[in-house]
Amino acid sequence: MGLIGKIRDAGRVAEPAPPQPEQGLPAAGLGGSVQVRHVDAGSCNGCEIEVGQAFGPTYDAERHGVRLVASPRHADVLTVTGPVTVNMAGPLRATYEAMPRPGLVVAVGDCARDCGVFAGGYGVLGPVSDVVPVDVQVPGCPPEPAAIVAALRGVSGR
Amino acid sequence: MIAWITAVAQAVLVAAVAPLLIGFMRAVRARLEGRAGGRLVQPWRDLRKLLRKEPIIPADAGMIFTAAPLVLMATSVLVAAAAPYLSTGGPLSGVADLIVVVGLLLLGTVALALAGLDTGTAFGGMGASREMTIAALVEPTLLLAVFALSTRVGSTDLGAIVAAGAADPAAVFTPASALAAAALAIATLAEAGRLPVDNPATHLELTMVHEAMVLEYAGRDLALVEWASAMRLTILLGLLANLFIPWGVASSPHPAALAVGAAVFVVKLAVLGGLLAAGEVFVAKLRLFRVPELLAGSFVLGLLAVVASAVLA
Ligand code: SF4
Repeated sequence: MGLIGKIRDAGRVAEPAPPQPEQGLPAAGLGGSVQVRHVDAGSCNGCEIEVGQAFGPTYDAERHGVRLVASPRHADVLTVTGPVTVNMAGPLRATYEAMPRPGLVVAVGDCARDCGVFAGGYGVLGPVSDVVPVDVQVPGCPPEPAAIVAALRGVSGR
Repeated sequence: MIAWITAVAQAVLVAAVAPLLIGFMRAVRARLEGRAGGRLVQPWRDLRKLLRKEPIIPADAGMIFTAAPLVLMATSVLVAAAAPYLSTGGPLSGVADLIVVVGLLLLGTVALALAGLDTGTAFGGMGASREMTIAALVEPTLLLAVFALSTRVGSTDLGAIVAAGAADPAAVFTPASALAAAALAIATLAEAGRLPVDNPATHLELTMVHEAMVLEYAGRDLALVEWASAMRLTILLGLLANLFIPWGVASSPHPAALAVGAAVFVVKLAVLGGLLAAGEVFVAKLRLFRVPELLAGSFVLGLLAVVASAVLA
């Protein structure tokens, strides 16, 4: 079966979009366009899989105007996962400082909020809010892709 | 006077349509990938937001970094105003010469490559060196492919070539033009940074070409770069469309003819953009060292087109 046949058989994979969530941050002023830079500050990679899913065909964050970008200079939002490890605190701070203002930080996962299962580890510095100011938190270990998309929609306003 | 209005209308049309073309191509790709995809106006939303954000100038960057987005935008606007998109006779018809147009496009490319070097980062320099390698191979092909058409008309003026094609459609379908069209299509892909030469959606620094040079831009400067890049794609696709499918281009400065010309131009762009986006689903990016082979192939096609049009004419 060729690629054309596969495209025809797969059809549309995206699930219908849930209704627009409550306006989380109306002051963000992004007008339905959010560019996201992702930083893994020491996560177990479970959260990364869910972030990847949020931008995959099923949850398709792109239809809400959210796009992953390659550089913090292009980004409006920094998504951070995992407890901040000693080695990643510097790069995380540098990434935040490289973003143009206004720049928002979304802490994804329980580890990012309060170190989760890694609390007290010898390499763990602390939750994300100890290193950079956090605007939105997404709870869960790992959080569902739908919850991540909802948080990003709250920022983008769409 | 009316010719100047046409030129301004052309520039405004290309500037307005370019982000929509990008949005349309993303939508086509999203459909084929089974996604719902963003709205058509999403690139416009992105630009509006970027224009409101502060630009950041890296500590090591100098004047070239700040000037490059303006140079890129200025050259794009100039080409959009001068080349024959709506009407074959603009006020700049003497300027809409093939060599001038290719030169202006190259000026924009070089400005951005210098800006990539100016940031002093490893990826900026890498992107710049790759872009110059590709540009050095693409520009001769662009020139040669259109030379094949200009031998028929006896002029390198793009307006004259399109006008001759519109007046005598049978002359457009010759073996020479088929070869030239293939060469120009490959050159367009490379110049606009599309697959298989460059992946516009990549996040992998090691595979980037265009993206690597603009990594350091933010806010207003980034908006200018992205907008100008979208305009370059529109400019090149528009040239491809009007040179090889020259119908609907206004030959008189009558407003009705111009309106028809604008509508036909948008339809042609949509068809070409849709084809390009659909084709990109089926190909992967070429390894960088294979790109010169592809571009050398397109150069040979262009050369054959020139020979064929000189011998068979
Ligand atoms: S929240 Fe859970 S999935 Fe995410 S990084 Fe922590 S342990 Fe892993």
